[in-house]
Amino acid sequence: RDFNERCAQCSEVNWGLTDGGGFYCRSCHNVIERTREVVNTDFITNSRVQTISKGSKKQEKNEGGCEWYVCEGFQLVLKKQVEALEALGVHPQMKDEILCNFWRCYLQKSKQAYCKRPAAEAVKALSVCESSTDVDSDPERPSLLDLLSLSESEGDLQTDCSFASSVSKVSESTSVCSGSVDGSLYLMKNQKEKLRMTMPMTLSFCYMALLWMREPITLSEFLRFVVEGHIPYLNVFQHFPEKMKLCGLDLKIFCVESWPVYEEVFNKMHELAAFLDLPRFPDITESCFLHPDMLCMKYLMEANLPDELHNWTCRVVKKIGIGEVDFLTLTPGNKSTGRVKYDVLAAAVIVVVLKLLFLLDDHYEWLLSEFAEERNKNNTEGGPYFEFKRWYEVVKHSLDVKQKKLDEERAKYLWRCEKPLFYSINKKSKVLKRRQMVVNLQNQFGKLSGSVQRAEKPNPSSFQLSWSEENTDGSCFHGHSLKGVLQEKRGFLTPVNPDYWLCTVKLCNERLCGHLAHYREVEFPQTYHFVLGLFSFLLRIQPSCIHEEVCMIEHKLFNKKLYKKLKYNTVLRK
Amino acid sequence: SSNEHKLNFTKSKEACLSYIQDALLQKQWKRAAEFLTCYVEALEKDYSREHIGPSEMIWRIGTEILWHHSQSSMKEFSCFMEQMKTLGVKRYLKVCLEHVFHLLCNGQIDEAYQNLSLAESWRFGEQTAIQDKEMKLIQAYRGLLDYHNWSKQKNILLEHGEDGFSDLAVEQEMHGYFRKAAVNLKEIIKIPGVWDVFVKCYVDLLEFYGDHNEARQVLNEYAYNSKFPANPNAHVYLYQFLKRQGESKKSLISALKILHDIVPSHELMIDFNTMLQKSKKRKKRRLGLEVIFTALDYAGWKENAKAWSCLARQMKQIVISEKHLDWIKQEWNSRKDWWPAFHFSRYLAKRNWQENKSLSYEKALVAGILLGKDCKYFKYVSHQGCKAQLKRFRMLKKFVNRHNLVYLRISG
Repeated sequence: RDFNERCAQCSEVNWGLTDGGGFYCRSCHNVIERTREVVNTDFITNSRVQTISKGSKKQEKNEGGCEWYVCEGFQLVLKKQVEALEALGVHPQMKDEILCNFWRCYLQKSKQAYCKRPAAEAVKALSVCESSTDVDSDPERPSLLDLLSLSESEGDLQTDCSFASSVSKVSESTSVCSGSVDGSLYLMKNQKEKLRMTMPMTLSFCYMALLWMREPITLSEFLRFVVEGHIPYLNVFQHFPEKMKLCGLDLKIFCVESWPVYEEVFNKMHELAAFLDLPRFPDITESCFLHPDMLCMKYLMEANLPDELHNWTCRVVKKIGIGEVDFLTLTPGNKSTGRVKYDVLAAAVIVVVLKLLFLLDDHYEWLLSEFAEERNKNNTEGGPYFEFKRWYEVVKHSLDVKQKKLDEERAKYLWRCEKPLFYSINKKSKVLKRRQMVVNLQNQFGKLSGSVQRAEKPNPSSFQLSWSEENTDGSCFHGHSLKGVLQEKRGFLTPVNPDYWLCTVKLCNERLCGHLAHYREVEFPQTYHFVLGLFSFLLRIQPSCIHEEVCMIEHKLFNKKLYKKLKYNTVLRK
Repeated sequence: SSNEHKLNFTKSKEACLSYIQDALLQKQWKRAAEFLTCYVEALEKDYSREHIGPSEMIWRIGTEILWHHSQSSMKEFSCFMEQMKTLGVKRYLKVCLEHVFHLLCNGQIDEAYQNLSLAESWRFGEQTAIQDKEMKLIQAYRGLLDYHNWSKQKNILLEHGEDGFSDLAVEQEMHGYFRKAAVNLKEIIKIPGVWDVFVKCYVDLLEFYGDHNEARQVLNEYAYNSKFPANPNAHVYLYQFLKRQGESKKSLISALKILHDIVPSHELMIDFNTMLQKSKKRKKRRLGLEVIFTALDYAGWKENAKAWSCLARQMKQIVISEKHLDWIKQEWNSRKDWWPAFHFSRYLAKRNWQENKSLSYEKALVAGILLGKDCKYFKYVSHQGCKAQLKRFRMLKKFVNRHNLVYLRISG
């Protein structure tokens, strides 16, 4: 920063540091020989990415805070997240190479750094015109008042208005409306072209990197880890260094008060990939964890279903071509391929296979089960036949227990952390008092909770339900045989069940209503609903999501028949 | 439990509250405390738009838990209340008041008094005016405790008086409490409301110091001022006062009239009937009959021997005089369909005879007049009575036999 020589190429004085500590000109990216030991940059000590500095090196003496930009905050968040992933076993290459580069690319494309006119200058420009006019006089630009919507304001005092109206030059106002330099800018500008960074988007970044690396973790699993606290997300700002003061609008940016939503993270990721102009991702082949064949195996195990079903899932996958490399691999920008929800897809395949073999119309599956039961009673050699009824009872019981536990955890979820949040300095004491009272009350009533202690965070596990073959009570169905529901025809094994019902005869137009199909519990058999519910729990997504995927698969599977016969009833013969 | 996999702060706390609610309803205090621990962080978020905010929730729920939880002490409870007082200035006095109630329930009268005094001296800008009602209540309850103290001093004095000692200090203290109590009690009963305990205490004070006029005025206001909600007790207090004062039957009767209208099953109806029966005015005697019949419509009076004896006496008198049999006819008209099964079944005859012979006697008399000598009840009881050679039952039998045709005229 102290280096004031003009750049040889462009004659500007605008230097930054590379990874290795070398200098480079930020206007023209000219790297010079001169290096410098990594300076204590005051807050980003181990960062592999460039520091971002304004022209001046003025430091706010305000409570020992310093100037920082919103994207620096997000950078820290990403760093924490990827470190957590590393701790879970993800290859370190992801942090050092993949995510890092993605992030740099993003900063460049969104003009927040690595470019001719970093956002800092835009901020300066904005502040100049702000200081000269009254904030309220411009009706089109939303005032800071609007940004701090009342629902987020603290308590019953109206002093929020008073400080928001006193906006001055950005360089002076860091402590007034946001701790960060460009917090207000972040929320104000029309960000449509620039893909503004948000907390959920950090997860999209991570997932994108995971996908690129083809790590053995699905999006639903990743999000579950986030919710369970293994990946920093909820109160990650508490790991910001002391000098990075958070207040005011920063809270709106960095505070999270809801669990991440699968669809949101998924869609954002694809937007991001396109925005960054990324090339085709590494191929998802049959040996990949994310390949339907693999995931089906995992989910079959977790759902306590017979291993033999795997043959059938593979057949379905092959038949409709969803195991093809080109179908599964993400090519950003290409809207027709690659937007695959690997986990949902695998779950849906299993559902379809169950429908193929057991029909799941609330009658046939129980009938088949009775036959199997009879056979199992009379004939104990050769291993048991799979009994749908028993499977249902066992799985339902476990599922209910887990669901109940999950519901209680949702109710007991703690959102706040030790680090207090306040909108402005003058609210700080009130906020701290409140926090103290909360802690007191937690102690008082915590003692009265009896022996129930808040359990230690359980270790992250890939399997939420586990079944052991060693259990003598026969509650594990992995090894059970499907002979009871299969028959031999012309040398091939086919299902005894001759029928199939389609979830929907016609798929919706996704562009009109956003979905391929709609799910209403009352319109479908209870067993179908149960099966959807099972995977809904495992994947932590709405049943309708899986239902949609099931519809899509069915339409691929019965494509020919659908177009041949224009029938009104939904039952087809295979 | 829903299949919702989205969750945000608000929904999470709503779910938490419903778990707390379930636990409270099932008296699972530990479990309620467990979930409350997770709920309290809601204090850090603004809910100013909600009807009931987290601070009020926590106050109310926390109070319940701490009051009932086996491991919670009164000290902890008071500590919690103090915290709650600082949480919401708009609720300050209410919290104070409820804290005082709990202290009183726990027998900690002195602490309660201290808290009331403290609360009375509280000032907070315009809130003081807004919470005026609560302030009045606080002053009223302090007045009540002053009365309690006065009462204690009075008893000490009386004891000493018996022993022949006189204690000036105690007497002065007593008068001091009287003054303080009177001021506050008088204030609260001016406001329309139900102030039974305050009225009673105030009247007690006034009577002790001989201010009967004031007492009468207060009681009249309390009973007859239409702005006050209808309150049977007001009339009872007035009646008891008048009785103590030795007022005329006329004024006693008029005091009980409205009580009969509001609560026909009130226990004072016996007194009422007794006075009315003896009246010289026909209208009053007529009313008396109505009063006693109406009272006996109520299940709680079925076995009240005194009530039956009142009715029996009056009916006997009417039958003997042979005047006003139409009164009985009028009263019986609406009751003849259901009273026989309600009061005069054979089963009841047996039971009444076994449990309470006087009761069965009176009832048999009434039954005999209303239903004739052949009715189940009368037959059984009189037979039993004669078998047991009890004189009055023989007299009863004779009487009813003599006037047997009366019942035909009544039910005709």
